[in-house]
Amino acid sequence: MKHSSTHQKTNKYGMVIDLDKCTGCGSCMVACMAENNVPFRKDETDKTKSITWMRVYKINNGKSFPETDICYIPRPCMQCGGVHDDGHSPCVSVCPAVATDYSQETGIVSQIYTRCFGCRYCMAACPYHARYFNWWDPIWPEGMERSLSPDVSPRMRGVVEKCSFCFHRYQLAKNKAFVEGRETLKEDEYQTSCTDACPSGAITFGDLNDPTHAVYTLKQNKHAFRLLERLKTNPKVYYLSTRSWVREACDNYIKGEMPQIAAAHHH
Amino acid sequence: MDSALIPKGVKRCPFWQFALFIGISGLIALWGVYAMFLCWFKALNQTNMNDYYGFALWIWADLAVIALGGGAFFSGFLKYIVGKDELKNIINYAVLIGFICYSSALLILAIDIGQPLRGWFIFWHANVHSMLTEVAFCLSCYFAVLTIEYIPLILENRQIDKVPFFHNLSHNMHEIMGVFAATGAFLSFFHQGSLGGVAGVLYGRPFAYREGLFIWPWTFFLFTWSAAAFGPCFTLSLTKLMEKVTGKKLVKDNVIDLLAKISGWMIFTYMIAKLIDTWYWGAVLAPQAGFTFADFYSNNAFYGKWIVILELVLGGIVPALILTNRSMRQNSQLLTLAVVLGCIGVCTNRWVMVCQVMAVPVLPFEQWQLYIPSWQEVATTILPVAYGAILIGISYRYLPVFPQERELNPIDCMHAEPLQDSPPVIAMPQTVAA
Repeated sequence: MKHSSTHQKTNKYGMVIDLDKCTGCGSCMVACMAENNVPFRKDETDKTKSITWMRVYKINNGKSFPETDICYIPRPCMQCGGVHDDGHSPCVSVCPAVATDYSQETGIVSQIYTRCFGCRYCMAACPYHARYFNWWDPIWPEGMERSLSPDVSPRMRGVVEKCSFCFHRYQLAKNKAFVEGRETLKEDEYQTSCTDACPSGAITFGDLNDPTHAVYTLKQNKHAFRLLERLKTNPKVYYLSTRSWVREACDNYIKGEMPQIAAAHHH
Repeated sequence: MDSALIPKGVKRCPFWQFALFIGISGLIALWGVYAMFLCWFKALNQTNMNDYYGFALWIWADLAVIALGGGAFFSGFLKYIVGKDELKNIINYAVLIGFICYSSALLILAIDIGQPLRGWFIFWHANVHSMLTEVAFCLSCYFAVLTIEYIPLILENRQIDKVPFFHNLSHNMHEIMGVFAATGAFLSFFHQGSLGGVAGVLYGRPFAYREGLFIWPWTFFLFTWSAAAFGPCFTLSLTKLMEKVTGKKLVKDNVIDLLAKISGWMIFTYMIAKLIDTWYWGAVLAPQAGFTFADFYSNNAFYGKWIVILELVLGGIVPALILTNRSMRQNSQLLTLAVVLGCIGVCTNRWVMVCQVMAVPVLPFEQWQLYIPSWQEVATTILPVAYGAILIGISYRYLPVFPQERELNPIDCMHAEPLQDSPPVIAMPQTVAA
């Protein structure tokens, strides 16, 4: 929760995912795993131990044919900012060793693998299950270690990891901008791998504070919402859906309660 | 065989019996140690924890032993600060139990973390906003205090006490023990509380989240209060157990009665606060996040409403009623029932605040998560029990843990072991009451 120097422009990187466009193909998950050196095991049948920085949930409206409808919900780390966007994220505030931190410069929640000692308190704190523990040593099939990305450090066993909004891409883009004498990044200079990989263009990424970025407009769409808004975690991932049942399925409501009540917490 | 080490004027079981007890407990402890090394060398995949159950059996055991060990700080507080002098006759045992509980808690934490060699990061890179940081600091400091409180008892061993330096050290440590008792009470207030805060600050988990005072959620105060209330129940339970095992009366009834009465009123007042907290949480806080009280207890049999009844009624209201009523608590069987129920109640509370928090889904499209610990987790959780049995066994045999034992169980001089050395003049507060 350290504050960066004041003369630096602050960004608030975020995502808008159009659930009406998502086909559940899983490209975002695959791209994320490859990009971020996410380890996997031979047997991944136990999904409670699978590491998926980007996870696609499948939900349905509970109705039978012909009214049945399904929706896929891609869920990266929400990069929560806390109530006043002050970095009081559920996970950052509880980490006893400052192994996870909130950047006021980017709005991204970092994870410092060499600092984490594996208490898993952050996992208990995250209502989105966006944090994963390395229960095993990461081992890649013979030869595959040569295809690992040199820009992302692999994690050792016993530490927590999570989506970083491909922070290494941000760093590379910043380096390039620095060399070119610029302080700010253009929208297309920093995009996450899941955004790039999505074939239907469901994921849009950019600076939520910058009116020239697409996400700035998209998040103000009347069909925009966030997961579990009522908890006041203040996520930076927005979703779009014209289907009301999808919007209602993304938060908890007491029977008979109108979802609009919760919308009071929206912005 | 070891008669020279046994305190004067008391009778102990034959050495072979003692050795057999230590041997069996040692084997169980070895099983736990084996599992512990498996977890350290092969990593935490040896457990059945997963990404939903990041906190599981160990953290519950940790919180439970710390709550049960609360008898040490609260008895110390009552004796040294409040001035309940009768409690000097049970304080040694309370300190011993506290020492076992807290050393176990630290060991469990050392197994529980994914990178044990980095455990010191919690002190070096401390995040002052984290409740766990507060836990780590206060827990370690309080363990040091408990060690200081336990040392004088060790120094009272018949042979050690013969050494003038140790004799004087023991005497001088007793003289300043009030300072350590006060320090212990202060530290305990914070670490018991911050353990409650660990769950209470989780605003992303409506089952655990509570509002509070300044930075502390209500669970902070409830945990401290419950540890002070139920900790003595554990001290009394183990005293009863020791009396059963040894077949002797070890502590006078007036001492037991006093501690039971104080514990009873503490539980009584705690239950009022806990019921208000439960009502406010179920009626106001949880609905703000879109949950009803029933949502948290209706999905499966394991986390059904019975758990609320077990914790609040059987483990809270019932012991409070028994222990606050003089005639009931003076009935030995009812007293035993009450203190055992109290222990079950506080352990259930800790279970709920650790494991049920993990079980309840927050995302509407997630499922309830149930969890069965692996044998490695069970073995390492039983390890502290075996270790505790060994330490209590050794301490009871060789140290004057119960100052009233000699008076309550006079030995026929003809059958007493010959005294091989002259009794030292011990200036200690634990001298036998007239």
